[in-house]
Amino acid sequence: MKLLWFHLMPYTELPDDFKQKHPSVWVDIDPKLFDPLRAHGMYNDFLDELEHAAELGFDGICCNEHHQNAYGLMPSPNLVAAALARRTQDAALCVMGNSLALYDPPTRVAEEFAMLDVISGGRLIAGFPVGTPMDTCYAYGRNPSQLRERYHEAHDLILKAWTTEQVFAWNGRYHQLRYVNPWPRPLQKPHPPIWIPGGGSVETWRWCAELDYVYAYLSYFGYKLGEATLHGFWEEMDRLGKDRNPFRAGFLQFVGVAETREEALDLYTEPALYFYERCLHVDARYAQPPGYMSEATIRARVRSQVVRAAVASATETHAYGRPAFEDIVSKGYVIVGSPDEVAEQLREVAVNLNVGQLMLLLQFGNMRKDLVFHNTELFAKRVAPQLAGLFEDEWENRWWPKPLAPAARAVPRSLG
Amino acid sequence: MSPRARPARPRRPGRMRRAKPAAPRGPAVRSVKIGAERVRVLEQGRGRPLGVLAGLLGFPSWTPFLEALSARRRVIVPSLPGHPGGGDFRRLDELADWVVATQERLEAAGLAGADLVGLGPGGTLAAEVAAFSPGLVKRLVLVAPFGLFDEREPVADVWARRATELPATLSERPAEFAAQWLAPPAGADPIEFQIELVRSLEAAARLLWPFGDRGLAKRLHRIRAATLLVWGGADRVVPASYAKRFAGGIAGRTRVRSIPGAGHRADFDAPEALAKAVLDFLR
Repeated sequence: MKLLWFHLMPYTELPDDFKQKHPSVWVDIDPKLFDPLRAHGMYNDFLDELEHAAELGFDGICCNEHHQNAYGLMPSPNLVAAALARRTQDAALCVMGNSLALYDPPTRVAEEFAMLDVISGGRLIAGFPVGTPMDTCYAYGRNPSQLRERYHEAHDLILKAWTTEQVFAWNGRYHQLRYVNPWPRPLQKPHPPIWIPGGGSVETWRWCAELDYVYAYLSYFGYKLGEATLHGFWEEMDRLGKDRNPFRAGFLQFVGVAETREEALDLYTEPALYFYERCLHVDARYAQPPGYMSEATIRARVRSQVVRAAVASATETHAYGRPAFEDIVSKGYVIVGSPDEVAEQLREVAVNLNVGQLMLLLQFGNMRKDLVFHNTELFAKRVAPQLAGLFEDEWENRWWPKPLAPAARAVPRSLG
Repeated sequence: MSPRARPARPRRPGRMRRAKPAAPRGPAVRSVKIGAERVRVLEQGRGRPLGVLAGLLGFPSWTPFLEALSARRRVIVPSLPGHPGGGDFRRLDELADWVVATQERLEAAGLAGADLVGLGPGGTLAAEVAAFSPGLVKRLVLVAPFGLFDEREPVADVWARRATELPATLSERPAEFAAQWLAPPAGADPIEFQIELVRSLEAAARLLWPFGDRGLAKRLHRIRAATLLVWGGADRVVPASYAKRFAGGIAGRTRVRSIPGAGHRADFDAPEALAKAVLDFLR
């Protein structure tokens, strides 16, 4: 299986009374809370942490896109990936991803992803999220009733731009371009692997199946909720006649490793609570602009008992509020323990959810760099070896980058 | 049907019925063909035709406000796209698409050249039609229309609201508003009811996102119709002071009225008083 190291890049110095005094971490968070001098240190720590993970042999390193928030300081994940492309050699660069409907024209995504793919020697995983309502409809002002139409048009345009060997005109609903001709074009052919981060929408599952993309379920509510969602995903794959290749699916998991479970609880409780109480403190007003969720998805969610239970336990009760700390551990939102305990639980997660692309959050909340390094090193040296090879005898990972052979790759001066 | 003819045999819109008219005879329900779609038209009363374009959430059924208007006029209510019976709205992208869709509804419902009342988003469309096609509207009544934006006194973000906040945002009688407009009536499918509500809010968002300014200020001078601007005195969505901004831009004669004690949905909060203001102006 593949192990990817995912950074959300949270602002790590929100005040202790943030939840009490501020209505939202997103959209209209108090601008005065942002201190660029402190953020200078944060960004450089975060980049160190990602580079460190790549050096320790994680298969991929991940960044993503969010706007106007202290939950994740990456309005432009492509800037982060560009820095990483020059500072890493073998790890896949998983940009998870660009919110397609926010780019006008969307050929910007085709160009920048192609730049990253070419600079990195073909290591890019291209993530195509719709984006949260906070990012897309409120921070970037996209009309929620047009968001998905824009997303799908942008997707079609980018794919055509990457795969058409001639200049073409695009007469779309939202974009009209007389000359589409991105330079550069991606190194990977026909294009970098495409991963779709999504919630539990049946339409997204079908779309991933139809276009042969990875479906990545990014939830902060652990594998027990993930089971309900991934179960639905695999049932849908069965219905569509697709195989159960675990590399079709990605899953995100918080992990804290220490010598013992007690020590892990001691080390990781505070950053976990920081994440759930401050980073996820989103005003519910921004959660559901009309049109953001399709009518089919509303129907499916309300009518499916399994999904309804899952959604009720997560998005309504907890997603924009605070879970009890006992829930954070007992429901598996955060997996903490000794290396052996963590390895055993992650193996169980991977097998039960049938997920081959496992994304790990080893930095979360206000975790500082020394602890991030400790967590990452323990994981790389004592957890990862126990998971090596899982699924790989039986299944081919067709959704992984195909970089140039090392001998054919340019070596950045800083790495030479 | 001549203006003096009796309305067609009443047929109640059953499933979506929410509000209880004061003296419910029930309107005629017909549908008109526009392109490949059939669009619902509610109609009741005698006299000169008076078009009404619904506000936020549409008219799921006949309401006391429409009932009061129909005492003196032949009230004709074509559903707007995305509202109950209004047809598809997701094919409408540009403002021009919305204006054309509204013009087609007015023409098909027999309202070309008639007096026109528009509430909230329906007011935006009524104003746009009067600006784009002055000949299509005789006299105009705008009830708390969206369409202008002044950042010193911003229009509220009606979409960034928890469901529990919506009644008090729209109405000064929030408990009754919630019971009559936001809860499924007996016998209705609660899921489909909820979807219809969200759909009508989405339709408004599709037209107005993020706060309703689609450039109407540049076109107000094209409105030559005599225009009544009427606001609930306690409107929490579009500030009542916007009445003067609209009046200042419209070329035709304007009159500004306030309905005391009413919120954004003045048609719900004070149906009789609002209907009287409308009918007095159109006398």
